[in-house]
Amino acid sequence: MTIHQTTGRPAFELDTRLISAVAGAPPPDTGAGALRATLTFAWRALLKIRHVPEQLLDATLFPIMFTLMFTYVFGGAVIGSPEAYLGYALPGILAQTVVFMTMYTAVTLNTDIERGAFDRFRSQPIWRPAPLVGALVGDTLRYGIASAFVFGIATLIGYRAPGGLGGVAGAVVLLLVFCSALSWLWLIIGLTVRTPAAVMGASTMILFPLTFVSPAFAPPETMPAWVQDFVAVNPVTLLVEAARGLLDGVPDAGDLALVLALSGAMTVVFAPIALRLYNRRT
Amino acid sequence: MSRETWAIETRGLVKAFGADRAVDGVDLEVPAGCVYSVLGPNGAGKTTMIRMIATLIRPDGGTARVLGHDVTAEAARVRARLALTGQFASLDEDLTGLENLILLARLRGHRGKAARRRATDLLEAFDLSAAARREVKTYSGGMRRRLDIAGSLVARPDLLMLDEPTTGLDPRSRGQVWESVRALVGAGTTVLLTTQYLEEADQLADRIAVVNHGRVIAEGTSGRLKALVGAGALRVRVADGADRPEVARLLAVMLGAAPVLEPDPVALSLRVDEPAAVAGALAAITERGLGVSEYALAQPSLDEVFLALTGEPADGPAPSREEAST
Ligand SMILES: Nc1ncnc2c1ncn2[C@@H]1O[C@H](COP(=O)(O)OP(=O)(O)OP(=O)(O)O)[C@@H](O)[C@H]1O
Ligand SMILES: [Mg+2]
Repeated sequence: MTIHQTTGRPAFELDTRLISAVAGAPPPDTGAGALRATLTFAWRALLKIRHVPEQLLDATLFPIMFTLMFTYVFGGAVIGSPEAYLGYALPGILAQTVVFMTMYTAVTLNTDIERGAFDRFRSQPIWRPAPLVGALVGDTLRYGIASAFVFGIATLIGYRAPGGLGGVAGAVVLLLVFCSALSWLWLIIGLTVRTPAAVMGASTMILFPLTFVSPAFAPPETMPAWVQDFVAVNPVTLLVEAARGLLDGVPDAGDLALVLALSGAMTVVFAPIALRLYNRRT
Repeated sequence: MSRETWAIETRGLVKAFGADRAVDGVDLEVPAGCVYSVLGPNGAGKTTMIRMIATLIRPDGGTARVLGHDVTAEAARVRARLALTGQFASLDEDLTGLENLILLARLRGHRGKAARRRATDLLEAFDLSAAARREVKTYSGGMRRRLDIAGSLVARPDLLMLDEPTTGLDPRSRGQVWESVRALVGAGTTVLLTTQYLEEADQLADRIAVVNHGRVIAEGTSGRLKALVGAGALRVRVADGADRPEVARLLAVMLGAAPVLEPDPVALSLRVDEPAAVAGALAAITERGLGVSEYALAQPSLDEVFLALTGEPADGPAPSREEAST
């Protein structure tokens, strides 16, 4: 005969370590301040680069592949020589790399929501926008790393910016400003779309036309008229032209002002919407 | 914190998803410094209720106050006082266990070395030191759960809410969770936990609220609930199915309750109000030459609680509804 006796209290050893850790150390009075909380989230974004380097590699290897492929396969046909083509295409390659990376802002946020980390952050006693702003700070650092990558490879295969180091620095800063502003839009998408896979799908649909139907890889004069019309209104066109000016040592003040104005406008429009969605999410 | 203030006080709390009222007019009064358990089946509205109290979703009706602060009007104050471990792990899978806890410790105001020390202490306390430097995606379910609970303790909260903290844990991990709950209460924290197990509520909680379909259908101390439900259930397996009707008849006479014949042809069960009488009854049955191969005296299951309270078995969510966590 088998006898189960399941009523009594199970005998667990009283774990003193557990008890002192749990009940010990008195709590700090308040959560982290706005700056500290934001930096903590930026730190998290950097940790993610260390643990998931694939994300950075995906985003950088792809354009590097394009750089090499386009330079040596089509370079001669499009512009005349591989070297000349590299000089022409680099601003576009750089812009494409980083603009594509902005998508991960939405993917990361959406994954946080799906996995519940988002709830944990939202129930902390911290400055409300800290998780979003911190993520953008971290992402901007990633954009910087990716830009350095692209320039490194380009330099290895013979690229020399006519605008010198100052031109390169200027182009990178311009790109970071534009992409941080664009990231607010991705935050909105990340807060709205249901799954990370859907975010990826939607993003690719938007990003491919934006980056390819631009003067990034081929001079627009060679394209049909209706494509040229799109190229003309594409914000990435503006970005690529402004960056090209800086890299070639002939910056165009008008282009630069437009890119900065556009970035400002995107932030002013998208940031409040993103924050509102974030606060209102039920 | 004065004793007059409830740790949690809700009045007519309502949350509806479309036509579905997930929480349908809940009045809850949780005294400060106790363990309070919300017991209910799948889809009862436990998670939804907790998320409203934790300021994560807005109530559609009614009010909720945490330690005197309104969850809508004074959300920031509420967040400063409470910690929530949700039903599903809320960790960053790409980071290590240590990094997850340092992150939360920093957000809670620990600085530099203090954050790391707090994180290390908690990892040790929850038996996770060996895995501290591994990414959370390599953790087992139980390890995640423990890390998740540790994440709520980086700063000792005044109110800790645990949504089904032990579902899926082995007995040892479950024991650790129970011990930490007791330790926290000893240190002055109020704990609200949801569970599907009466045994857990009984072991831990000073008071229990039973919820179903978004409403509280019974509330009180565990003793009071047991008085409503009965102390437990006796399950018997007879050696020979042919003996079952006779065993059922004898048990009914000796224990004064109607046995339920289970689908298994050798099994029967019945409600027991006085566990002490069980041994005598079983001995009498064996003396008559009726073979009992196995018996168990257990606390009533959630199903039996619901049967006793509502006259119908607990039911999960209707099949058309989606299990949602957002
Ligand atoms: N975001 C949502 N959208 C639509 N319906 C929802 C949402 N969240 C919860 N519900 C519904 O509300 C009801 C209560 O759900 P809730 O998650 O609060 O139950 P629960 O008691 O926590 O259940 P479980 O024990 O399964 O965790 C369910 O019918 C569920 O489908
Ligand atoms: Mg739940």
